[in-house]
Amino acid sequence: MSSFLQFLFKGISVGSLYALIALGYTMVYGILQFINFAHSDVFMLGAFFSYRLAVKLDWLTPSPIQATALLLMAMAMCAITGFLIERLAYRPLRHAPRLNVLITAIGVSLFIENTGQLIFGKNVIGVRSLPQLPEHVFHIAGIPVRAVEVIAVVTAVALMIGLQALVFGTKIGRGMRAVAIDHNIAGLMGIPVDRIISFTFIIGSALAAAAGLLVALTYGQIKQPADASWVLYGLKAFVAAVIGGIGNLPGAMLGGLLLGLSEQFVAGYLSTTFRDAIAFGLLILILLVRPSGLLGKRVVEKV
Amino acid sequence: MVLLTGCKKSETAANAPATEIVVGEYGSLTGSEATFGQSTHNGLKMAVDAINAQGGIKGKKVRLVNYDDQGKTSEVGTAVTRLITSDHVIAVIGEVASSLSIAGGQIAQQNGVPMISPSSTNPKVTETGDYIFRVCFVDPFQGLVMARFATDPKNKGGLGLKKVAILIDQRQAYAQGLAKYFEDSLTKIGGQVIDKESYQGGDQDFSAQLQKLKQAQPEAIFIPGYYTDIANIAKQARAIGITAPLLGGDGWESVQDQGGDAIQGAYYSNHYSVDEKRPEVVNFVSKYEQMTGKKPDSMAALAHDAMMLLKDAIERASTGAEANGIPSHKAVRDALAQTKDFQGITGKITMDEHRDAKKPAFVLKIEGKTSPIAYTLAP
Repeated sequence: MSSFLQFLFKGISVGSLYALIALGYTMVYGILQFINFAHSDVFMLGAFFSYRLAVKLDWLTPSPIQATALLLMAMAMCAITGFLIERLAYRPLRHAPRLNVLITAIGVSLFIENTGQLIFGKNVIGVRSLPQLPEHVFHIAGIPVRAVEVIAVVTAVALMIGLQALVFGTKIGRGMRAVAIDHNIAGLMGIPVDRIISFTFIIGSALAAAAGLLVALTYGQIKQPADASWVLYGLKAFVAAVIGGIGNLPGAMLGGLLLGLSEQFVAGYLSTTFRDAIAFGLLILILLVRPSGLLGKRVVEKV
Repeated sequence: MVLLTGCKKSETAANAPATEIVVGEYGSLTGSEATFGQSTHNGLKMAVDAINAQGGIKGKKVRLVNYDDQGKTSEVGTAVTRLITSDHVIAVIGEVASSLSIAGGQIAQQNGVPMISPSSTNPKVTETGDYIFRVCFVDPFQGLVMARFATDPKNKGGLGLKKVAILIDQRQAYAQGLAKYFEDSLTKIGGQVIDKESYQGGDQDFSAQLQKLKQAQPEAIFIPGYYTDIANIAKQARAIGITAPLLGGDGWESVQDQGGDAIQGAYYSNHYSVDEKRPEVVNFVSKYEQMTGKKPDSMAALAHDAMMLLKDAIERASTGAEANGIPSHKAVRDALAQTKDFQGITGKITMDEHRDAKKPAFVLKIEGKTSPIAYTLAP
């Protein structure tokens, strides 16, 4: 029983990080119908920006206020990065075939990874040089729970609630939904489509930045910018978005959580060797039953 | 006149005495294994500078040409081919990761150019052919060392354990190989592997695996992975209350900088210890620190040894009928194969019949920022 609870909690903890990143993929897909391959790099930058800021400001053991400030600053910096990526790389291709944008996205991704290596170096940044919250382990129902993981889950959930409020409760959120439905008509209705798209990239990138900082805090390590683990994280988040129904916000959150939980339970009860194979196999089954994802709308393509 | 000599240059180079000896290097200077390539390059550069300061080899300056393979098998082919066909190197030195050394070795072998891998420990590397050498020990030996260290009684310097669990990085052939050799040796000398779990290199969360390992109650856990993951694994193991000592292989190098408190008291096998007091080591460490501002890891030390061994072999090789005063590839190969008791920084190197270096391995204990030698096994 205690290991069941352990797997459950870990699944939620890992899954909420997947969900935060998945939101960025799903929002961009919802509006532009293309996969932003550079999203995992923005996530990586979030971790590095917050690390560099913490070193610069000498906040290696940040107080709660400093930690929040760090989070907001990293989010702001990644928001600017996301804005620039869209403005400089994707907007000039707005009316080009989708494949061109896709390839551009891969190019942007490589550009960020290699520039990142030049700026941040090629070494793993270890726990001694990273900002760290005080390490508390407390026991809930007999399982050890690290305080920092609880904080990470709470932060992720708070950000997701904030996003829901933004998309469904504000004027700009209504604009985002309208552009997602049909951006030609939305434009005719007087919605500033380009501005809405920029805004979407800003929000998605800020969420990825938050995930980056949370990963650094939770695991006490950030790997170098071109490390495969960043892409792997991004890939899993993308899969989570697809499972939940790409383009659908609650779907991305649900997908992230589901992927985190299935990974933990498969590794815990079935096999650690075939963890990914089985976890992804389960997800393929979901897609066989519901091809447009758990919460996705069934779209009939007009021929 | 100037033009004329310019045109004839390539022709004269082959006949007249050459003024320099070109050594090729391929390594991952960028990409995710960039730190390995960087250390190796620093070690080589330091050796070449030292050789040239003392007048070069056979009176000729040594020039190091290096190409970046970005840690990718596909790039290795281009890099090694270019070294051989357009730079006309006397020998190739490269790679750290075994899979890349195998890829490069095939090309060197086809062209009959000697290759020395400084730090690839997988046995398959030198099985590629008779022109491929290495200056480090092989994984079967490394597995044996850790198995002996785990089971040897305490009065012989070991841990005196029987029941060990293994946690394997299934994305790395290195880790899978080392795990297998460790298990083979351990069962042969009376130990027992009571649980095996695996993870994917690059994972951040290992709690499910560790939870299962904890339930198996091993006396020690052997984790033959790379240092970037080890720090995280150690931390999460301690957080869920695993107290058994952690053991590892040479992939753990530089884990001290990453692991914090959780990694303290762990053991891993390595090619040398930066804290050794042998004069060669002390001298090498201080020079390397002067040059780079960092302590040399074993990749740097092995690269240095590879270059110095190559110098030694070229000096021993007969120049024969070569008009340019440089021995042929074949002569260098033969000299390398006859290496006996060559004194390197990482110990005395003798080439065995498989062209693998026969040399001692060390088990290091992590204590603070240092890693003193806890156990030594001679071949």
